[in-house]
Amino acid sequence: MTQEGSQGLTQEGSQEAIHDRGFLISPGPHLWKGLSVSKIMYLVVLALLFPAGAGVYFFGYNALSVMGVSVGTAILTEYLCKRLRGQAFVMDGSAVVTGLLLALILPPTVSLWMVAIGSIFAIAIVKEAFGGLGHNIFNPALGGRAFMSVSFSMEMTTWVLPMGFGADAITSATPLSGTSVWQPFDPSVYQAMFLGNIGGCIGETSALLIIIGGVFLIARGIINWRIPAVYIGTVVLMALGLGEDPLFHILAGGLMLGAFFMATDYVTSPLTNRGKIIFSVALGVLTVLIRRFGGMPEGVCYSILFMNAITPLIDRYTKVRPYGLVKRAEGAG
Amino acid sequence: MSPLGYPCTWLKISGVNKLVIRLKKRGTPYGVKVPESKLSEGSPIEPAPLPEKVIIPLQQNIGAPCQALVKRGDRVLTGQKIGDSEKFVSAPVHATLSGEVTGTTVVVNPPTGALVEALVITSDGEDKWVELEAPKKPEALSVKEILERIREAGLVGLGGAAFPTHVKLSPPKDKKIDTVILNGCECEPYVTSDHRLMLEQGERVLSGLNIIKKVLSPEAVYVAIEDNKEDAIDHMEGLIASLGFEDFKIVPLKSKYPMGAEKTLIDMILGREVPIGGLPLDVGVVVHNVSTAKAIHDAIIDGKPLIERVVTVTGAVATPKNLLTRFGTSLRNLIEYCGGMDGKANKVILGGPMMGIAQFDLDFPVVKGTNSVLVTEGTPIREQDCISCGKCIEICPMRLMPTVLARYAKAGRYDECKEAYIDDCFECGACSYTCPANIPIVQYIKVAKKELAKRAASK
Repeated sequence: MTQEGSQGLTQEGSQEAIHDRGFLISPGPHLWKGLSVSKIMYLVVLALLFPAGAGVYFFGYNALSVMGVSVGTAILTEYLCKRLRGQAFVMDGSAVVTGLLLALILPPTVSLWMVAIGSIFAIAIVKEAFGGLGHNIFNPALGGRAFMSVSFSMEMTTWVLPMGFGADAITSATPLSGTSVWQPFDPSVYQAMFLGNIGGCIGETSALLIIIGGVFLIARGIINWRIPAVYIGTVVLMALGLGEDPLFHILAGGLMLGAFFMATDYVTSPLTNRGKIIFSVALGVLTVLIRRFGGMPEGVCYSILFMNAITPLIDRYTKVRPYGLVKRAEGAG
Repeated sequence: MSPLGYPCTWLKISGVNKLVIRLKKRGTPYGVKVPESKLSEGSPIEPAPLPEKVIIPLQQNIGAPCQALVKRGDRVLTGQKIGDSEKFVSAPVHATLSGEVTGTTVVVNPPTGALVEALVITSDGEDKWVELEAPKKPEALSVKEILERIREAGLVGLGGAAFPTHVKLSPPKDKKIDTVILNGCECEPYVTSDHRLMLEQGERVLSGLNIIKKVLSPEAVYVAIEDNKEDAIDHMEGLIASLGFEDFKIVPLKSKYPMGAEKTLIDMILGREVPIGGLPLDVGVVVHNVSTAKAIHDAIIDGKPLIERVVTVTGAVATPKNLLTRFGTSLRNLIEYCGGMDGKANKVILGGPMMGIAQFDLDFPVVKGTNSVLVTEGTPIREQDCISCGKCIEICPMRLMPTVLARYAKAGRYDECKEAYIDDCFECGACSYTCPANIPIVQYIKVAKKELAKRAASK
């Protein structure tokens, strides 16, 4: 500060720094909220443990091993990708989220080597090839799942009834598959679908536990309530419009998990609230259309992937109006 | 504090904007909740010991730098003008001690990073004052005389921006000022200098506000105070009643950062938006800080130039204090007077933790814009990639898209920054505070603004 002390912090300065005691110089603000990326990721993992727990309860060891392989492979793949690209590997929890999400949208009986391939694809291709966390266009878990659907279509559409630990698996149909004309179900079926005692993917069967996990994330301010609310709301309206059973649409398939945990993925959803609402309405419309008229039952998976691709466009057209903008236009005009 | 607490304050408020304020107060979705950490809230203002020497930078306002009026070897008296400028947007500087000008030096101007010349005055230990202008009642002075006195006293906005006060009080003829807001929000964590000033010298603050009112003759005068300073709200309310300033209306506002920012305040209280790149006077408003109002009182009523202010010295020091400090006193002197820094502390910030600037040298002097010296322990941050969570967009008080601005700035796409209304940003730092990826968003924005200014200047 005195002349001998003023130093390299100014662009002109070239003298040796004389810091009283090595003061830390950093730009403001000098406070941080402390909600880091990894904290967010682990909160999501915590919330996912609810549907994951339901999966283990209903599908036993199969579910556990699929989750273990998926998460383990995801972390390992991320580590190798970072090494190959010469970047530092940070255990930020995002690979755990991807691995766990992928496991939750797989049938419990799928072969473990297929799970590993799906997980590698999700991390290496869908996420890291685009630049890693924050740069991926598509939700990695859904990308991995879509890849597996195409590659192993047989295994990916074999469903079993819940058997818990030990019992033999009995093949069944998921409520959504094959039925082009949907009959109203009796209340006990709704109850089973709500609690999760039905055939289907590991983490998609229990709407109740997905909602618990999702509400936890909303309460902690991690996910934006608009996406699940508008998405599910649109599906209900669409179903009513097409003369179908809205409750069935909500409870069946991957809608709940997709609405709370995948459509809300920060990276692949729009930035602004307005964008998020447009995104969610489109998701709801696409999901019902794919379910009703498409050849495959995976309405949620493909509609989210499709809207992921549209997200940059939505961001472009849903900018927020800054403070003081209109006033200037008036003044200038 | 009234026995019924907060709602009582509400009942006392009158005026057409009551309902608006009330709705707004509840419903502001912007800004961030920050830990307040007002450690020195209960410490009465005490004078800091006079230092042996002071360093007086010749530029302590946002406008033009001053030319030195004295040279090495000259003897000066406390309060003597030692630097002035011909320019309208500038404010003179005064000697803050009596003694001898023993040299010149160069200091880094904290907000801009530019180097400015400074005079070093070594004290003779006597603190002999110049002959002050005769104390006068504001009624006896014309508006022109008041403005001249304010300029001569070297007044600048003491809230931090250091905008010359006489300029702010001289709006262009075509801009009618209908509202004056006195800003006692002090939304920066840790800082308590304005709070203590309102509690201990509230009558001077209000008298200063009355002078501002005389100059601008607005239709409405508001005193904005955050609701974490209930004692100040009550005290000021009592003073307003007892001193007969019935037309001053206290507006309690919810404590949320950055409530005390001019543009936020104007929106909160009046529902008006200052145009991008414009000034509050474009919407008929002038906002003054409580410390500035008190300094106006001192300049007009007592005829005293601005040579000292209350500085909160806080954070990781033995005893946080509110010190009435002569400009030019080194940070070292203040920190030592407060019992020194804690062992682990490694960061010294001029200002509050949100908008303050980290310093590298304890010899840096307190200047007019310094409301606080904060000692903290910091760790270097590690920036990650943006995960597009959109939290910065949700909380930006100017409703900008900070992450988008940072992205453009990082890529050197400054023109796109401008198109994304970068000029609207007043650098409160709420975005960086919130960012999970630890991106120094506001720093990128500052860099982009500087580049844009450079380009504009070279055109």
